[in-house]
Amino acid sequence: MVQPRIEHAADAARFIQNAERAHWHDQALWFVRAKRDKAVACVPEWEMLRDRAQQIKSHTLAHLADYLEQFEQNATRHGIQIHWARTADDHNRIVLEILQQHQVQRVVKSKSMLTEECGLNPVLEQHGIEVVDTDLGERIVQFRNEPPSHIVLPAIHIKKEEVGQTFHEHLGTDEGASDPNYLTEAARQHLRGKFMAAEAGITGVNFAIAETGGFVVCTNEGNADIGVSLPKLHIACMGIEKLIPRAADLAVFTRMLARNATGQPVTTYTSHFQGPVPGGQLHVVLVDNGRCTLRASDTFRDALRCIRCGACLNTCPVYRRSGGYSYHATVPGPIGSVLNATRDVKTYHSLPFACSLCASCSDVCPVKIPLHESLLDLRWEVVQQGQLPWSKRLMMKGASFVFKRTWLYNLGGRVARWVLPKLPRPLVYNRLNAWGQQRDLPEMPKKSFRQIYQERDER
Amino acid sequence: MRIGLFIPCYVDQFYPDVAVATVEVLERLGVEIDYPTQQTCCGQPMANTGCRHETRPLAFKFLKTFKDYPYVVCPSGSCVAMVRHHYREYLDGQPGFEELVGKTYEFCEFLVDVLKIDPVEGSFPHKVGIHQSCHALRHLRLASSSERVGASFSKMRQLLEPLEGITFSELERTDECCGFGGTFSINEEAVSCSMGLDRIADHQRAGTEVMTAPDMSCLMHMTGLLQRQGIRMEIMHIAQILAGREVSNEK
Repeated sequence: MVQPRIEHAADAARFIQNAERAHWHDQALWFVRAKRDKAVACVPEWEMLRDRAQQIKSHTLAHLADYLEQFEQNATRHGIQIHWARTADDHNRIVLEILQQHQVQRVVKSKSMLTEECGLNPVLEQHGIEVVDTDLGERIVQFRNEPPSHIVLPAIHIKKEEVGQTFHEHLGTDEGASDPNYLTEAARQHLRGKFMAAEAGITGVNFAIAETGGFVVCTNEGNADIGVSLPKLHIACMGIEKLIPRAADLAVFTRMLARNATGQPVTTYTSHFQGPVPGGQLHVVLVDNGRCTLRASDTFRDALRCIRCGACLNTCPVYRRSGGYSYHATVPGPIGSVLNATRDVKTYHSLPFACSLCASCSDVCPVKIPLHESLLDLRWEVVQQGQLPWSKRLMMKGASFVFKRTWLYNLGGRVARWVLPKLPRPLVYNRLNAWGQQRDLPEMPKKSFRQIYQERDER
Repeated sequence: MRIGLFIPCYVDQFYPDVAVATVEVLERLGVEIDYPTQQTCCGQPMANTGCRHETRPLAFKFLKTFKDYPYVVCPSGSCVAMVRHHYREYLDGQPGFEELVGKTYEFCEFLVDVLKIDPVEGSFPHKVGIHQSCHALRHLRLASSSERVGASFSKMRQLLEPLEGITFSELERTDECCGFGGTFSINEEAVSCSMGLDRIADHQRAGTEVMTAPDMSCLMHMTGLLQRQGIRMEIMHIAQILAGREVSNEK
């Protein structure tokens, strides 16, 4: 499937046209960022934890094959059935086959960005299986037939009044209702029925532990727990980068994940799975889907350390003002720009440029992924792959030509400073001048610094 | 002490007084200044567009221009970050490169870390809003960033605080990016301007009379927005405040 090239700037401009909404979106996410700052400030050894988390993840990635095998052995011993999926299609086929073997018609799913990445829901629906996302935010966007716009807060782009309208249409809540308690209660009652009727539960995985063969799922709503406790069949889907070596390593991450993601000390539920429920089955699908390729890259490997806390999205001034959909990818924001552009630089050529290089993402990242550095490196990748628009390439070639020649730079500066103030305003400020759409140009001084300096020297 | 003065191309051409003020402050402190006039641009716009072939000759030109000075000082965090963090790509292994990285300083950090100056005398009876330019902040660590946990510090504030009568505005978002970002300001014009306007609004709420920064590029972006919006707020590079420039509104 050939995807059209993503033009982030155009989508972002459309998002900002609704200034009131863009402002609201920015504030909603900044609220989360501010809450996060307070939560991490309560952990004096925070920076040490970041170092440790980075080391654990880097170590695991360096020995990934060994740890994956260790995980498989230990999980199998507990009666967990392990499946290996090279691609998204493999993953979807494996999940579908398991469900079909058990004649499953109704599935409840807790939040899993991996199944979003693989596009699992439409595949299951095509085969007549009902899939209900049970995370409240995910259920909202599922009702609206929209993808999540954020990896932790999937419905962050939707106002409560709009949720009320959606629930009115799908759940029969009172028209115009927007009270969060009322709406949440309606979702609870609705989901209760779905949980009771489900024949299988699908979850993601936050951390899988090689040493024990168990894994951990973190949620705030308990939906993963009930979703896999009532049915006898549990399928857990995980990217192979979710692995950590030892149970002792887990504490480093559980201390960081919720604090950095939402500013909570810990997620409400941190559930450990060590094997199937009595009389049931537990399957774990280990998914590559491009991760091995990324792991082979010396430049971009660090991105695989990501634990999907979403903090880089919350802090990114561009994400906050352009919305998740402007990235056209399952994972948006800084980490999404890296993950998607490394995978397909042609389609996602504009994402590395959707960044002012402020580096807030790198400072907020719990596993110290040098996100802004990676985005800069990706720009070189865009150029190498011939994906930089020729106009920009030409402009940079021209600028370099001038800067290499001091005399030409001096001349250019003199001409610009002499001519610009004399030009009629429409000649300077027009559609071709992106700077001047909302900004005035600097007032042109008569003399450059070098002229002033040289005159002083001559005196 | 002798230094090679590195003046960003756009400061040279559009904001000569920032460079003059830098010279004044440094000379007052007994620093002997040489401004090598063959310098042009460090190449950051090309590098940040991914055009490494176009950047390479400018990095070589920079090394040739500045390699013989004991120190290189520049009133821009961004351009210093380019030399310190991104020249390796082009100059690794070149004679004099390692030394260049070690001796190139942003103006504020040169005053604080190398000269270890006594408090600057003078008075500046205004409410100052410090714009934490991202490159100075997170690439050079001129101040503690709000994302990290640890002791808070700011070399800019340290330099300004002794000025008589100065007060500082307390911002809601202490170090959010203004959205300049070099070519980002053109590529993502809508987001860039939205970010800048939000910064300005934060400073207005906090009662900033004079906005200052260690990078004129951020200030150029916000000056452009302020002028178009017709908002009166004084904009000064930190070197201009330290050099004792008057606030122009009062002239």
